[in-house]
Amino acid sequence: MEFRFSPLSELRRALDSGMVSVEELAQDYLAALKNEPFGASLAVAPELTLKQARYCQNLLEKTPPDQRSPLLGLPVIHKDVFVTTGWPTTAGSKILENYQSPFNAQAVDQLESAGMVCLGKANCDEFAMGSTNEHSAYKPARNPWDTSRIPGGSSGGSAVAVAAGLAPAATGTDTGGSIRQPAAMCGITGIKPTYGRVSRWGLVAYASSLDQAGPMARTAQDCAWMLSAMAGFDPKDSTSLNEPSEDFARLLGKPMTDAASTEQPLRGLRLGMPSQYFSNQISPAVAKALEAALQVLRGLGAETLEVDLPRTELSLPAYYVIAPAEASSNLSRFDGVRYGHRSEKATDLESLYCLSRTEAFGPEVRRRILLGSYVLSHGYYDAYYLQAQKVRRLVAMDFDRAFEHCDFIVGPVSPVTAWRLGDSPALEAAKDNPLLAEYLSDVFTLGASLSGLPAMSMPCGFESTAGGHRLPVGLQLIGPRFEEAKMLALADHFQLATNFHEQTPDFSGAQS
Amino acid sequence: MTTWEIVVGLETHVQLKTRSKMFSPAPTAFGAKPNTQAHPIDLALPGVLPSPNLGAIDCAIRFGLAVGGEIARRSVFARKNYFYPDLPKGYQISQFELPVVAGGSLSFCLSDGSERTVQLTRAHLEEDAGKSVHEGLAGLAPQTSGIDLNRAGTPLLEIVTEPVMRSAQEAAAYARALHGLVTWMDICDGNLQEGSFRCDANVSVRPKGSEAFGTRCEIKNINSFRFLERAIEYEAARQIELIESGGQVRQETRLFDPDRDETRSMRSKEDAHDYRYFPDPDLPTLLIDEKTIDQVRQSMPILPEQARLKLMEQFGLSAQDADLVAASREALSFFQKTVEALPGLEPTKTAKLVANWMAADLSTFLNRSEGLGYGEAPVTPLLLASLLQRLEDGTISSKIARELFAQLWQDPKQTVDGLIESQGLRQVQDTGQIDGWVAEVISANPKMVDEYKAGKDKALNAMVGQVMKKSQGKANPSAVTQALKSKLDA
Repeated sequence: MEFRFSPLSELRRALDSGMVSVEELAQDYLAALKNEPFGASLAVAPELTLKQARYCQNLLEKTPPDQRSPLLGLPVIHKDVFVTTGWPTTAGSKILENYQSPFNAQAVDQLESAGMVCLGKANCDEFAMGSTNEHSAYKPARNPWDTSRIPGGSSGGSAVAVAAGLAPAATGTDTGGSIRQPAAMCGITGIKPTYGRVSRWGLVAYASSLDQAGPMARTAQDCAWMLSAMAGFDPKDSTSLNEPSEDFARLLGKPMTDAASTEQPLRGLRLGMPSQYFSNQISPAVAKALEAALQVLRGLGAETLEVDLPRTELSLPAYYVIAPAEASSNLSRFDGVRYGHRSEKATDLESLYCLSRTEAFGPEVRRRILLGSYVLSHGYYDAYYLQAQKVRRLVAMDFDRAFEHCDFIVGPVSPVTAWRLGDSPALEAAKDNPLLAEYLSDVFTLGASLSGLPAMSMPCGFESTAGGHRLPVGLQLIGPRFEEAKMLALADHFQLATNFHEQTPDFSGAQS
Repeated sequence: MTTWEIVVGLETHVQLKTRSKMFSPAPTAFGAKPNTQAHPIDLALPGVLPSPNLGAIDCAIRFGLAVGGEIARRSVFARKNYFYPDLPKGYQISQFELPVVAGGSLSFCLSDGSERTVQLTRAHLEEDAGKSVHEGLAGLAPQTSGIDLNRAGTPLLEIVTEPVMRSAQEAAAYARALHGLVTWMDICDGNLQEGSFRCDANVSVRPKGSEAFGTRCEIKNINSFRFLERAIEYEAARQIELIESGGQVRQETRLFDPDRDETRSMRSKEDAHDYRYFPDPDLPTLLIDEKTIDQVRQSMPILPEQARLKLMEQFGLSAQDADLVAASREALSFFQKTVEALPGLEPTKTAKLVANWMAADLSTFLNRSEGLGYGEAPVTPLLLASLLQRLEDGTISSKIARELFAQLWQDPKQTVDGLIESQGLRQVQDTGQIDGWVAEVISANPKMVDEYKAGKDKALNAMVGQVMKKSQGKANPSAVTQALKSKLDA
């Protein structure tokens, strides 16, 4: 089908010109999702999707083009941690197998109100814990650029769906990098907004003080459109920012500073390169792609300068105390009493809890619950949890200081490109410890998460493998709070000057 | 032999009188069908988030101001983690390190009239758990337990005292005074049977004069003042006996069994949970600014203690009468409205009259009508005032007034004047008619006349009674006495 790899902006034109109907578009993607070999989705309900499509087509026909929401009639797939009334919500866990929510996540409702048609639910690591999507209780997702490799995680299914042309856009959630890292590994664009931008109402919680939902799509412009619909104050989420709604696409294509020109739209923009991010920890291929991307940015007029984020390494232990601590408490509700898996072997209350949870939580989830319970225990709380909170504040202060010298921070998303399923990232610091290596690979994304800052990933190059595959490399942008619109404009300028985001994987061999 | 001193501290869970729950929009009304008042937030479905009830926060501020506590400008909701089927999230949202109210005190009188002041440690906001139901589950297999989450998430204010009480009586008096205060402040409906006011008592004993506290036991969930007193008495006696027979008190949680009048061990310190408290990341720091506190302060009713003093100073009521009138805001309001409706009289006299009627007839009838408060009395302040008006202007005797009160209670649609006219109850002032009755009584009772003349005053009273009987209560007793005297002494 001709539209599978088109960005939302092209699909918009196709719908508006009548070249294709909303229903036809939805049908094409549903067909692509059926029997796809990448493990991208966990649930589809074609009749419901088509019903939504027909409704939107009807609305589209009744609405003059200039009054249509830019998203009207465009399909989307939701990460399976967004609860939905029409599709089961499992969060990638057996404990919620077949769970049916009586309400929609706020972001799902807002995208539906903006006219998006839901294709189904995307695979993810169990309760969004993981960086590979191998921690899904149902099936791993596979990277369309090389199906022997991981797509990254935890929003792996979302990234795969977009990269493989199974959906033009997806939602994801990012707690420590779960939008940015799979976006990087699958060669798409994804943004984690400022903490509090998008309501967390209806997200199956992992770590409440870090969880933030955002869009994953082919371009910065697509992300801007989607974020405009997803963001906004929600009284149901007490941590939601009481800010007026924004059009995050309003700065796209415009010169970014007073000094900027058409040829040099980024002139006067200062991009900070943290020395800690451009270290020997990143693989040569990633370093090479980054350097080329920085050359492009400089060519567009941006100034690059070195900045210091001295607490970068400390963000790792801080994150792996705070996130599991919150998770251990957030996941207590899965007790087999009211909904979800209940052990058939239980003989009393204690065994009901122990067996239900042990049978239905995967090893990574159990590990983080144990870790989180431990750091909150009497006698350990001060040494771990409180200490981690202090480090968290220091990490955020590092960024505040860096932003006194630069407008945005640029760097890698992941130190390496996608690794093979069952394998672990090749990191010197965690040579004989695959588990630690997976954790360590998040080191560049955790800082923005701990600091609540907006951060995004966009394609900036490829690593060619010995097996003849091309593996995408992502460029990370981190901005000051509330600067999503400007950050997306920066990314858009980069994408106007490059075509990394237009590349598609050649998976003719893997096609069903 | 050692003299023992009892040391008691109380933790009281006061259910706040809000329409919706602490963190969800579900209603808090008592007695609905199981699980019909449980919002997805109360059921802890995946994806839900708590939103604090501002009304409950106002209640906490009201309480803090009423006891002279410090209202925390910043307080923190924390998660208290433990597994139990009636706790859907696996944690209770409470306040731990930074409560909304710190300090304060409550003063009250013991039954012997002596005054006590109890220092408060803190008061914090939290949500209630649901209920496990083990009986009366129609259609379910035996041995099955049910969970009713209607109560889950109901707002509570937990009020904690310092360990400053020294007897069961003092603790019960404190609890009564606290109950009086929270209902007065209108932050709690005060319903003990429905669990709106529940006490946990921390009890220990120590040799009199000793500084160090003994090991304490906590008696959980007592919802009656009488049971509270009995539970503390039993528990203190148990601890003293244990120590005197060479044993040691174990720190533990106990339950009071009112049927057997004893406390029983529930769990020991070793079994105590590690609640893994930490600040709830779903809820930002609770900020309370001066403006909010001022607004609440403006809306505060007069406090019971102030009301009592005012009644004594302004109306010259006795301490006892003032206690009665200021026992609740309803009583005070009833008193004030009645007095206001009697403008012609001298204020202290009116006040005394109204207080007397509230203490006597009104209290008697309210007590007979189970559960009725002053606000719901069929004889309203206006009706009572019109009755007292006729009593004071001499239209009716007090005996008739009391009869009319009873009639009005049964049929409040009647008017006082209407009843007086229709039943011919107007007091007889006509001296001719009275003189006639007096003459009849004197001639019919020569023996009594002799006794009176021999100096026995009782005989006079008896004759007054006879005249009153002849008048069917309508004669003015003092006019009768005067008429009798003048006839007999002539």
